[in-house]
Amino acid sequence: MNKISIENFSLRYSDGTESLRDISLDIPANSITVLFGPAGGGKSTMLRVLNRLNDLADVVHIAGRVILRETDGSEIDILDPKLDVTNLRRRIGMVFARPIVLPFSIRENLTYGLKMAGERDSQRLDRAVEVSLQQAALWEEVEDRLDDPAVKLSGGQQQRLCIARSLALEPEVILLDEPTSGLDPISTTKVEASLQGLKELYTIILVPHSIQQAARTADKAAFFLQGELIEYTDGREIFITPKDTRTQDYIEGRFG
Amino acid sequence: MMDKSLKSTSARRNRNQRIGFAALGAISILTVVPILMIVVYIFVQGFPAISWEFLTGFPEDGMRSGGIFPAILGTVVLTFGTAIAVVPLGIAAAVYLAEYAADNGRTRAIRLAIINLAGIPSVVYGLFGLGIFVLALQFGTSILAASLTLGIMTLPIVISTAEEAMRTVPNEFRVVSISLGATKWQTIRRIVLPQSQPGIITGIILGLERAAGETAPILFTGAAFYLPTLPSTPLDPTMALPYHLYVIATQVPGMPTEIQYGTALVLLVIVLGLNLLATIIRSRARARRQW
Repeated sequence: MNKISIENFSLRYSDGTESLRDISLDIPANSITVLFGPAGGGKSTMLRVLNRLNDLADVVHIAGRVILRETDGSEIDILDPKLDVTNLRRRIGMVFARPIVLPFSIRENLTYGLKMAGERDSQRLDRAVEVSLQQAALWEEVEDRLDDPAVKLSGGQQQRLCIARSLALEPEVILLDEPTSGLDPISTTKVEASLQGLKELYTIILVPHSIQQAARTADKAAFFLQGELIEYTDGREIFITPKDTRTQDYIEGRFG
Repeated sequence: MMDKSLKSTSARRNRNQRIGFAALGAISILTVVPILMIVVYIFVQGFPAISWEFLTGFPEDGMRSGGIFPAILGTVVLTFGTAIAVVPLGIAAAVYLAEYAADNGRTRAIRLAIINLAGIPSVVYGLFGLGIFVLALQFGTSILAASLTLGIMTLPIVISTAEEAMRTVPNEFRVVSISLGATKWQTIRRIVLPQSQPGIITGIILGLERAAGETAPILFTGAAFYLPTLPSTPLDPTMALPYHLYVIATQVPGMPTEIQYGTALVLLVIVLGLNLLATIIRSRARARRQW
């Protein structure tokens, strides 16, 4: 099943920077879809369209259709101006390039989203804390200091906390924008390993921080170049036998 | 040879640098001298007047003896009244400017108005208060009218420091909060306001400190020359330290100087005490801050 369908989508910012042109993309459920390509190609913008975080930016032109599909087959129009975006953002979580922990304790970081959604039951909150930390492979490292300030964690732990924080809302889709760009190789391996486990439960869309990471993680891979989708195939294929010469040039390191 | 000349150049530079630092240090000490002189002078002149009776008693003998309690109480009441008037309005305006207002002509006009409001002489606020609160709204010469006048005068300080404090909260926190499904108001309520709270409180205290020490705004709006009893409702006038000081310094013949300086000392202690409180809040918040 395609969890998200993007049809003929275009977007332009008011200052003319980083726009998207005529993107069509089907993102399957329970898999890792990787959006890769050189900087300024529109990958981050594409992610921020999906949870409507672009509402905060200065967008002048938007066209096309973006659909979120429920398990029962019914469809939600993500671009609908009347859509309840806070509800959408609970269903489509996001992890940013830099681990941005809120200035609270570890526990409060994890329960923030649920509390904002109106959850008051402390048992359910505690359970969400534990489950999300286990899913993000952080539980063993922090279980005895959940009330410590989250900033005391190492960079790698903070980023896994950010992943756990998204998971605590039990979203359907997780967007990750270069989640390991600031991390050391060991932390990166841990994050990638936890993503492999998470795709059983969630639809994951990842902007990787390197081609190697793209190749390691992708079930499906989309190559973005200057606001256009150049090529979109199964992960292995695009890295072994790219069809477009521009994809090939980028993968072989001739530019970017 | 090369080495030698290099060495002497760097030695000269070092010497010049030391002279420069010493000169700058001397100048900065110079700026501390006047404030120290004022404080020491007032303290030495005024301390003999300070006694329990002076702080808790009523003025007697045409204010030439007795205490200044009604004036102390009046200043405290006016400061509280100012806080009640300015805090909700100031924070609301700051939230609007920092979090909601688009960067357009209207917002720039509002900011310009606030900056100019801060530059208006305090006696003009006094006249404005007289016209609006005392006469037009018929509050009379009262604590209410004086508090509102002081509140308007304090507003620009509170708005600009509160807005500044909210702007120092990293924008990433807002984006993360929104991305976790919080509404804009929840983000402000749960993240922006708590994180900027020390800065906001500091601004409020600095504003109140100014309000506590002003004479001109209360001169026509709420301050009384002499009252035999304490005010009982907000519509009564009140005595207040700055105005009382003005009165006993200029209007009462044969006034003992130690009572004048004693009154000045009490006012100074209240104002500097508020300042100290603001400094403590700021430094403690800085030590606790997690970003």
